[in-house]
Amino acid sequence: MVDDPRAGGPGGGPGTLEPTPGGERDWLRFRDDPAPDEPVVTLDTFLDQSNASSVLIEAGDDVRRLAPVLDRVRLVEIDFPKFRDGRGFSSARVLREMGYEGEIKATGEVLVDLIYFMRRCGFDSFAPHVPLDRAEVEAVLNRYPHVYQHAADAAVPIWQLRHG
Amino acid sequence: MYKYDQYDQAMVDARVEDFRDQTRRRLEGKMTDDQFKPLRLKNGLYLQLHAYMLRVAIPYGTLNSRQMRKLAHIARTYDRGYGHFTTRQNIQYNWIKLEDAPDILAELATVEMHAIQTSGESIRNISADQYAGAAADEIIDPRPWAEMIRQMTTFMPEFSYLPRKFKIAVIAAEADRAALRWHDCALRIVQNEAGEIGFEVFAGGGMGRTPFIAYRIREFLPTDQILSYLQAILRVWNRNARRDNIHKQRMKILVHELGEDEFRRQVEEEFQHFLALGEDFPQAEYDRIAAYFAPPPFETDLSEEIDRSDPDFALWADHQVAAHKAPGYAIVNISLKPIGQIPGDISAEQMELVADLAERYSFDELRATHAQNLVLPHVRKQDLHAIWTALHEAGLGEANLDLVTDIIACPGLDYCSLANARSIPVAQKIAERFADAERQKDLGELKIKISGCINACGHHHAGHIGILGVDRKGTENYQLLLGGSGDEETSQAKITGPGFDEAGIVDAVERAVERYREIREPGERFLDTYRRVGMDGFKEAIYG
Repeated sequence: MVDDPRAGGPGGGPGTLEPTPGGERDWLRFRDDPAPDEPVVTLDTFLDQSNASSVLIEAGDDVRRLAPVLDRVRLVEIDFPKFRDGRGFSSARVLREMGYEGEIKATGEVLVDLIYFMRRCGFDSFAPHVPLDRAEVEAVLNRYPHVYQHAADAAVPIWQLRHG
Repeated sequence: MYKYDQYDQAMVDARVEDFRDQTRRRLEGKMTDDQFKPLRLKNGLYLQLHAYMLRVAIPYGTLNSRQMRKLAHIARTYDRGYGHFTTRQNIQYNWIKLEDAPDILAELATVEMHAIQTSGESIRNISADQYAGAAADEIIDPRPWAEMIRQMTTFMPEFSYLPRKFKIAVIAAEADRAALRWHDCALRIVQNEAGEIGFEVFAGGGMGRTPFIAYRIREFLPTDQILSYLQAILRVWNRNARRDNIHKQRMKILVHELGEDEFRRQVEEEFQHFLALGEDFPQAEYDRIAAYFAPPPFETDLSEEIDRSDPDFALWADHQVAAHKAPGYAIVNISLKPIGQIPGDISAEQMELVADLAERYSFDELRATHAQNLVLPHVRKQDLHAIWTALHEAGLGEANLDLVTDIIACPGLDYCSLANARSIPVAQKIAERFADAERQKDLGELKIKISGCINACGHHHAGHIGILGVDRKGTENYQLLLGGSGDEETSQAKITGPGFDEAGIVDAVERAVERYREIREPGERFLDTYRRVGMDGFKEAIYG
């Protein structure tokens, strides 16, 4: 059994972390490089503007269209208009499969219980509409000891652990 | 059968804690019911009319006596002393308290069971031929692949929020006992001319309000590429499915709208991509899993004789016993359709008896079937009489497999918040009307399937005779359908005409059945006669 992570999981005990004074919830960004500050533009605009570096992927956009211009992308924001719309999970994983290593940020209706799976799909920052509880996020991220399959993260699937 | 290793156990234990935490947050008001709903659904917990319902997964319908005894214990401790086997080879409990659900999951985890992805917009329990590993007509036991698919599709990150539910079935025989082509994705193991085995792949089937029979999208897929192929199907669907209308989001709608060829093209393109990523489990993992499904140590030189001197036993043996691949052995079907009872229901005491029989006579193995019955897969023919005696004494000795009283029915308006009409009383009344054993035997194979609303959980589209309960200006009304099938010659039932009230539908079924008796040709089942004469051959008899 997993111990109750709220009793003091990695990085902090119970309680809600307030957003930093700038309003930025840095603890929801899992990258070391400076956050890109250029505003995002829609996919169509991004493909038209050769100097843009941040792009917004809306549910229904095909991220494979970014393939020819991937080297100038620094931030991809993938929007979840509602949590029931899971297209963004595929978008993130496809981006990672294309070799994109820049930031992928989830925006919109991002629920704490989906963050673990989003991390596995390659999301490395989160800007949900409704603030999340830090202890809950950490509990969720640390809950599962193993994974059954490859995704866009480095986790080694169980079948691989079994056979060395 | 499969046994968890430390990894499988750790995952199930973690899920218990995960769900315990989610339930706590809901009970403390930290989550709205709207936010909690998809989380509990992905763990099999529905809010029904009167209470929560918990659906427990029985992967590919296989379970052992220890698991069955635990199911009995849960029925007795947390429910009202019974459980209900479903059309996905699962079991559900209808009277669960939310605060008990995490403890029930913890109990299940001690016997390698769970409720992961048994409902909600997720990849559901993999179903399979209930005779897998025992059937005389199968090419190979399909369950090792079903288990691999179970593992790969458990907590699959990319498909965390699918457009709708996704159902997979796997069989390995020509005869289809799993309603294959009514699934979102169905796999049939076949052998090619070179003697290699592979999967024939079907996609885009499903019942519900817009029924479709799955298309064959691949004639032959090497078995070691199945996980890549499945991911390709899921990604094409997840990326392209509509999200604007919950009734149009099943994969069947996408396959239909894109067209079979375009869907296949996209899947093949994505498949090549996944193959290159190395997603498939290696041969060593197949071998590890397959070892658990090695045939049990069958005895040799057993007698093929069955002493039929007891006529009640002989009747039961004629209907409930199927051919086994090992000489001297048989497959026993246990009817959960005693006349006048609720189809699929079983008491805790009956579960324990069945567990005892499995342990003593069937190498500790049991199966649940999509027709809501149970199976003892490996019994010696010489033990059949003893098994029948025990079943008979426990009220489980009904001899009606695939007969007119072996009815599939959804829980209907007695339990379900989606239902428009009751299903259970209709099933009970029909069974009572046709209870006479001679009459049932004379009518032969006749599959009646009853749904209490258009969501079709009672499989009415696949019934030789289907019944659909609807709400007509505030009163329950039942439509009659004929000609459906879930076997290897899958077909969709058609509506006969105007509906009936509850008493009327039983009479209408009887008129259809009597019409069949009048016009059948020698050897014809009800379905064969319907296919020969069509709806016109029945309509006048039904409506006069």
